[in-house]
Amino acid sequence: MIEARGLTKRYGAVDVLRGLDLHVARGQVTAIVGPNGAGKTTFIKSVLGLTRPDSGTLTFDGVPVGDDDAYRARIGYMPQIARFPDHMTGHDLLGLLRDLRGGSAVQERLAAPLGLEEDLGKKLRVLSGGTRQKVNAVAAFLFAPDLYVLDEPTAGLDPVASGVVKDRIQSERDNGATVLLTSHVMSDIEELADVVVYLVDGRVQYQGALPDFKIAMGQSSLERAIAEMMSRRVAA
Amino acid sequence: MSVVMTVAKSQTREVLRSRWLASYALFFLAVTEGLLRFTGGDARTILSLASVMLFVVPLVTIVFATVYVYNAREFTELLLAQPVKRRRLFVGLYLGLSVPLMIALVAGVCLPFLMHGVADPSQRVMLVALVAAGTALTMIFTAVAFCIAMWCDDRLKGLGAAIAVWMLCAVVYDGLVMAGVAAFANYPLERAMLVLALANPIDLARIALLLQLDVSALMGYTGAVFQQFLGGAAGTLVAACALAIWIAAPVGLGVRAFQRKDF
Repeated sequence: MIEARGLTKRYGAVDVLRGLDLHVARGQVTAIVGPNGAGKTTFIKSVLGLTRPDSGTLTFDGVPVGDDDAYRARIGYMPQIARFPDHMTGHDLLGLLRDLRGGSAVQERLAAPLGLEEDLGKKLRVLSGGTRQKVNAVAAFLFAPDLYVLDEPTAGLDPVASGVVKDRIQSERDNGATVLLTSHVMSDIEELADVVVYLVDGRVQYQGALPDFKIAMGQSSLERAIAEMMSRRVAA
Repeated sequence: MSVVMTVAKSQTREVLRSRWLASYALFFLAVTEGLLRFTGGDARTILSLASVMLFVVPLVTIVFATVYVYNAREFTELLLAQPVKRRRLFVGLYLGLSVPLMIALVAGVCLPFLMHGVADPSQRVMLVALVAAGTALTMIFTAVAFCIAMWCDDRLKGLGAAIAVWMLCAVVYDGLVMAGVAAFANYPLERAMLVLALANPIDLARIALLLQLDVSALMGYTGAVFQQFLGGAAGTLVAACALAIWIAAPVGLGVRAFQRKDF
């Protein structure tokens, strides 16, 4: 679904992406992991067209990202930080997104299981960080898109909400949706990911199926496998 | 509904509920009401109001808008992740900020006049000119604020730049012009003055206003040259066109910066 070839991006003196090659397969959950500053967020923002790579090609279903804005109608995005205007309520936000998308397929199906129905009428500012993050999740799942881009989807959520979101990710995947996510919670990735991409210094260090990754590192858990990956790099 | 209208409407509602905006409207309400009571609502009222407005509108607009754009950064990213054209989103965000500022200004200035009544037709013209100059300045400095916030990622530096721009236009500029006039007193400066008057939007708004008020004594050097060279009607037209360019230029630069920016 997404094909990246030799993406580079430089911010001032810092090379964030240095020839990133990455393939996100349709109908799978692809998890991007890696240390801070590895380029995870920059890659996600490139997919969304928020950031433009300096060189390389990035295509969405074969169409270069940046040629047209319509492809974003097929993406549901959940950003890492949930900051909203002071006086906006959850309903205002969802209504605004609906208007921007031309009122296409509406399903607030995540609001009820997350126990959000009452909170949607309140100003987002007065909600707790976790509750705001739930609203963010509802917004991302609102339009039943082909591709979910989720930046730390479970960060700040309580175990119940986190479980609801993860269940939803899996059922969307089972229904044929593609998911691209980042997370620092290894157990979440272990639970959700079909494919793991390990990013270091703006390059893909490893890409493969989750079980293969653990076998390649000779470890039983993802957390240990990643630690092994990082220590190998330090040794090299 | 179009993207522009959707975004503009949503943000206008948001900004109209801000306390800062309410204070801004109340400030003009109090000043106008006070001036109307103390001066009795003649040309002097408009003139005093004009001096306050030319000073306060650019300052409040540029500071409020710069802070707002920086604070809305994450939310702007969320909007950019929707299937919208950046150009349209920019226009929506720009209108959603400049329109409420204009509403506050117009409401604050006009309500007291409406309550006291404006009998004299010439005074009505002056009031319209005053409000027009205020809205033009609002549109200009909102656009400048957008440019600053797009060009500079550091919000502290951006806020500093916003205040510096205001200082330059509102305070320093006149001083520099005066110094220039004193230094080159032996040369014919009329044409240079004309250009200098066009180069500062606040100066330009002041001249456009004072041409309506017919008080050349208060126009300063640039304004006097303006009237002498272009006369009342032509001068007004030129000033209005120049103000329109002053709105279009930063809006155009803002659109460009917004389209090219990496968020």
